[in-house]
Parts: sequence; structure tokens; C-alpha cells
Amino acid sequence: MQMRTMEIVVGTFLLAGLISLSILAIRVSGFAANPDQQTYTVVAKFDNVGGLVVRSKVSVAGVVVGKVRQIELDQETFMARVELELDAEVNQIPVDTTAAILTDGLLGGKFIGLSIGAEEDFLQDGDEIYDTQSAIILEELIGKFLLNAA
Amino acid sequence: MISTLRNIGQFVLGMLSVLGRSGEIWWRAIWRRPRLANAPLLFRQIYQLGVLSVVIIVLSGFSIGAVLALQGYNQLVQYGSESALGLGVALVLVMEIGPVVTGLLFAGRAGSAVTAEIGLMKATEQLSSMEMIGVDPLQRIVAPRLWAGFISMPILSLMFCVVGIWGASLVGVDWLGVYEGAFWSSMQQGVDFVSHVLKGIVKSVVFGLIVTWIAVFQGYDAEPTSEGIAAATTRTVVFSSVAVLILDFFLTLVMFNF
Repeated sequence: MQMRTMEIVVGTFLLAGLISLSILAIRVSGFAANPDQQTYTVVAKFDNVGGLVVRSKVSVAGVVVGKVRQIELDQETFMARVELELDAEVNQIPVDTTAAILTDGLLGGKFIGLSIGAEEDFLQDGDEIYDTQSAIILEELIGKFLLNAA
Repeated sequence: MISTLRNIGQFVLGMLSVLGRSGEIWWRAIWRRPRLANAPLLFRQIYQLGVLSVVIIVLSGFSIGAVLALQGYNQLVQYGSESALGLGVALVLVMEIGPVVTGLLFAGRAGSAVTAEIGLMKATEQLSSMEMIGVDPLQRIVAPRLWAGFISMPILSLMFCVVGIWGASLVGVDWLGVYEGAFWSSMQQGVDFVSHVLKGIVKSVVFGLIVTWIAVFQGYDAEPTSEGIAAATTRTVVFSSVAVLILDFFLTLVMFNF
């Protein structure tokens, strides 16, 4: 084979590798899909976060508006302190909004659903959502049910 | 009793000396980086090892992705969570099956060819003639092949993953009717670039190194007869397949925090 043809073929091969890498990065892992997207952070404290993980989605009316950035234990109150990263475009969420940990389908992952409140003040960067609803733990439910039945 | 001991000792010493010799060849060859003047040699080897393996990689990747989608769908649909199909297929492909199966195919497709080529060069005394005229066979023959394997394997593995995921989406979304948005969004939410994709790439780089190393050494060390070359080619495929699978276990153990 001609040297020049081979160089072109090898170059195409290397290029195909790069394209594969970028497909895996953008399309498959959602990496840097919106690199410049502006966000603001809101804090919420829950009694129990159940199976919530970092990168779980945050939704309003079923529409994804952000994701969970960090989950840590508040050492004073022993509640879970969850940092939510919300899209800057969604900037009119009232301060009396409720954050609830919900389950996506029967076996799906946990996510945070925001139920919009009625106040006219909106959540700003660093604000806290005080009205929260913990994850529903199946064992606790069964426990309650058994107590009631007895 | 004594003879058993002696055999064991002989076997262990033999293994050690193989390891020593192959390590020496690898070490000496890898430092003789292909210089710019030698770049055509490297291109030729990337063509031989990488480009010519593309077809088998693409075909295998597609069918494995499609099969994963079929089997995964069958299991997931029982729990009504077939939307997790994309996530499952992508994780399995990117972290495990992509690098491992590419490594195995690479050993069979490219490793065996390298061993046979170098073994035949040795048998026809081309290597010693090279040394005679002052050309270093490690630089001219071995180094380009090592580097070509090192470069080609991750590219092939990436292609395998992409084609596999494409095959899975064809079967899962277009045929079995998994909702397209859920297929891709569950994947994008669950697959992390650094902790999944990059670790898969690291695996494929390691497999590329080990497969070409074994292939080059077996060729270099082959007995210069037709039986010798046949045995060396077999050993390349067997050793590198086993090495890929065993190394995969340990790499997973180390990289995925167990």
C-alpha cells in the first residue's frame, strides 16, 4: 500500500478514536453537556434521605431543574444537609416551597421534587428550604402498618 | 519426590527467566522510542494492528450491545424498569465488556499476527542479519509494534463501546420500544466520565500494553522452526487472553474501590 494512503487511513483511525471518546463523554456520560450553565445553590435539611445520591435530579412538576450537589450530615441536628444545584433560569421559586424526596417508579432512583409555595419572595443562592419531607422508608411503613393492625 | 521437587524448581526458574527476558526486551524497546524518521514504521504498525482490527471490533461490539439490550430488556421489563436499560448497557460496556472483549479480540487478531511475523523473521534469520548490518531490531521491529499496540487498543476499545451502545439503542429503543428519552437520560445521569469512562480507558491501555508485550516477546523468543512458531502463536493467544482476564479482576479491584 502507498505510504500516503496508509497515513490517511491511520489518521482516520486516530480521528475515529477521538470522535468515539467525545461521543462517550458527551452523549453517554453527559460530561460537560452544558459547561457554561449558570446555577445557584439552595440547601435543604432532611430527617432521612434514604437512597438519595449526589447527581440525583431535582424536579418541579416533573421537569428536571437541577441536581443534588452534595449530601452531608449536619453534626448539630443530625439531619442530612443536602445542597441542591438549580439552573439559574429557574429563579422564581418561592421561599415557602416544599422539598420532598420521591421515588422514580417502583424501583427507580430517588429524586427531589419541589412543590411550589405561594410566597412572593424567591429563593436566592445559599438560601434554605425549611419545609422538607423525608424519603419514605419501606420498613417504617410496614412497621406502622403492623402496629395499626394489631 | 526429589524429582518432583526438581521439576517444580525447574518450572519456577524457567518462568522467572522468561519474565526476566521479556522484561528486558520490553524495557530496552520502550526506551527506543520511534524517532521522527521512524514514524512511517509506527504508522504501518498502527495500520496493521489497529486499522485492520476495526471491522472485527465493530461487528463484535454491535452484536454484544444488541444482545445486552435483548437480555437486559427481558429482565428489566419484569420490574417495569426498562428505562434503566440504557444505563445498564452503557455501564457494563464502558467499564468491563468494552476493554476486556477488545483485549481478547486484539490478542487473537493482532497479537497472533505479531508473534508469527517476528517468529518468522527470527526463523529466516532476518533479525540476526539486521544486527549484522548495524540495525537494531529492537528499535526497528519491536518498538513500533509495542507503541502501536499501546495507541491502538484504547481507540479500538472506545469504538467498541460506542458501537455497542449504538447497537443497544437500535434494539432497545427502535425495536423493543424503550422510551428514547429515558434510555439516554438514565445513561447520562448514571455514567460518570471520570469514574467510569476514564477507568475503562485505563484498563484498555493496560491490556494493550500487556497483549503486545506478550506477542512481541513470544515472537522474539520463539524456537526458529515451524513448530516453534506455531507453539509461540498459540502461547500468545492463550497467555494474553488469560492475562487480560486476570488483570481485569485486579484492575477492577484497585480502581473501583473495593
